[in-house]
Amino acid sequence: MFPLLQLDGVGVRLGGRQVLSDVSFTVGKGEFAAIIGPNGAGKTTLIRVILGLRPTSAGRVIKGVNGAGAGRVGYVPQKIVIDSDIPLRAWDVVALGLDGHKLGFPFPSRRRREQVEQALQDVGALGYADARVGELSGGEQQRVLIAHALVSRPQLLLLDEPLANLDLRSEQEIVTLLGKLAREHEIAVLLSAHDMNPLLPVMDRIIYVANGKVATGSTDEVVTSEGLTRLYGHPVDVLRVRGRVVVVAGD
Amino acid sequence: MFSSLMFTGLMANTWIAATIVAVIAGMTGFFAVLRGEAFAAHAIPNGAFAGAAGASLLGVNVIWGLAVVAIASALGIGALGSKARHDVVTALTLVLMLGLGALFVSISNQYAQQAYSLLFGEVFGVSSADVPLIAVLGVLALAGIGLAFRPLMLTSAMPEVAEARGVSVRGMEIYFLVVMALATSMTVPVVGALLLFSLMIGPAAAARSITARPGLALALSVAIALITVWLSIALSYQTNWPLGFFVGVGGALFYLAGLAARGLAGLGGGTRRVHPAA
Ligand SMILES: Nc1ncnc2c1ncn2[C@@H]1O[C@H](COP(=O)(O)OP(=O)(O)OP(=O)(O)O)[C@@H](O)[C@H]1O
Ligand SMILES: [Mg+2]
Repeated sequence: MFPLLQLDGVGVRLGGRQVLSDVSFTVGKGEFAAIIGPNGAGKTTLIRVILGLRPTSAGRVIKGVNGAGAGRVGYVPQKIVIDSDIPLRAWDVVALGLDGHKLGFPFPSRRRREQVEQALQDVGALGYADARVGELSGGEQQRVLIAHALVSRPQLLLLDEPLANLDLRSEQEIVTLLGKLAREHEIAVLLSAHDMNPLLPVMDRIIYVANGKVATGSTDEVVTSEGLTRLYGHPVDVLRVRGRVVVVAGD
Repeated sequence: MFSSLMFTGLMANTWIAATIVAVIAGMTGFFAVLRGEAFAAHAIPNGAFAGAAGASLLGVNVIWGLAVVAIASALGIGALGSKARHDVVTALTLVLMLGLGALFVSISNQYAQQAYSLLFGEVFGVSSADVPLIAVLGVLALAGIGLAFRPLMLTSAMPEVAEARGVSVRGMEIYFLVVMALATSMTVPVVGALLLFSLMIGPAAAARSITARPGLALALSVAIALITVWLSIALSYQTNWPLGFFVGVGGALFYLAGLAARGLAGLGGGTRRVHPAA
């Protein structure tokens, strides 16, 4: 397995407080990994550190094989706030994913159009390609932003709480889609979520964040009563019912 | 019914200068509206008024005074805007500049006329000597916006995503404010600070309501600014009513028409396919 992303003993301080310490894990090519943890655990912080938007206080973040860079990194943020009046169609948002950093006006070409349409199709957003993006629903915007992140064929795709705005059906569709991207396109997918259950069918690796620390491995290794009790520092029970995992605070 | 006299002599300069101004205002205004910086678009030209007043006090071409102060204001708003609230910093910059402007104008001996023309413009008094400088600054401002069209769009729509891709949101912000300042310094002497504001905001706001296509919206913004300016000059020439009246009314009318157009489009229903909830 080629690690596309490797964190070694990463620590993060924010506002004088140690938010995360000693975070180590790798995500390989074609692997599907999820950062799971309660609100305020540090999931967004961890993703921003990987993107290089937040400095670390310790350790290092290595992207790409032997640190050669992971090529393009796709990113979908947690809070998507798009002005409802902005003159951009879903189509244009995806096109910006292709060449939004370049200077000058875009040069329309057949290849460009096909790439954009393919990305919209991949996320099931072709039906509203021409709609003003600010007028789409939260879940629809989510898909458009995933297409924006995908269109440049990144090797590493980071998504912060991509399931937060979705109904059950869309949730399943997005999870299936992301799983497929990891398998078929060999993209390393790393996303965050507060509920691991929708991800159980596709998740290769869990990065469980709580109490400023992480536990990582397969779900069976990490999500156990003993393991999470150690992580949280107080008694926690893990129940498995009908293929679902429920984590409850013990007493 | 329009007199052909209005295309000859001095008036030729008026048409040329006003056309350049409209193109610039339509383009920079487009991003000012899009980025929610309409207030900065108001503050920079009005603040630059102080620079013009200062320059005329020193006996320098007012365009240089305008350019220096407009760019300084833009850098000030850009630099301080990240620490304090953007609108508060903009407002402070504006009142400081207006205060200075008032002082310079009061020291100068031809103050009343000077102040009036900087606020309301002298579109009917553009001289042939002014045209080349206006054209050069105009082309610079245009190139500035055209060159950065996509990064400006990206940082306006999705700042966090842009940042993660290595496009500096703050960098683009300062860049845009400086381009707007440049545009301002050439347009203020022609249409005046107050008119420039309506010309930057009205057409752009209308354009973005009419279409969701970014390139088309930009083109429409320029087209509406041009139509507003041309009509206003013609009407003002014929009626002797102030140009500002026509520009202001035109901007507002186009904006309302834009809202109406979008409302109608909304009523027509979309072509979107919706899947049922699970
Ligand atoms: N800029 C900041 N300065 C100080 N503290 C911060 C800052 N940003 C985040 N924090 C703190 O760091 C902790 C982790 O925040 P983070 O946003 O990473 O949590 P999260 O796991 O993403 O939560 P959620 O599920 O609500 O999105 C929180 O306690 C938060 O208060
Ligand atoms: Mg978060």
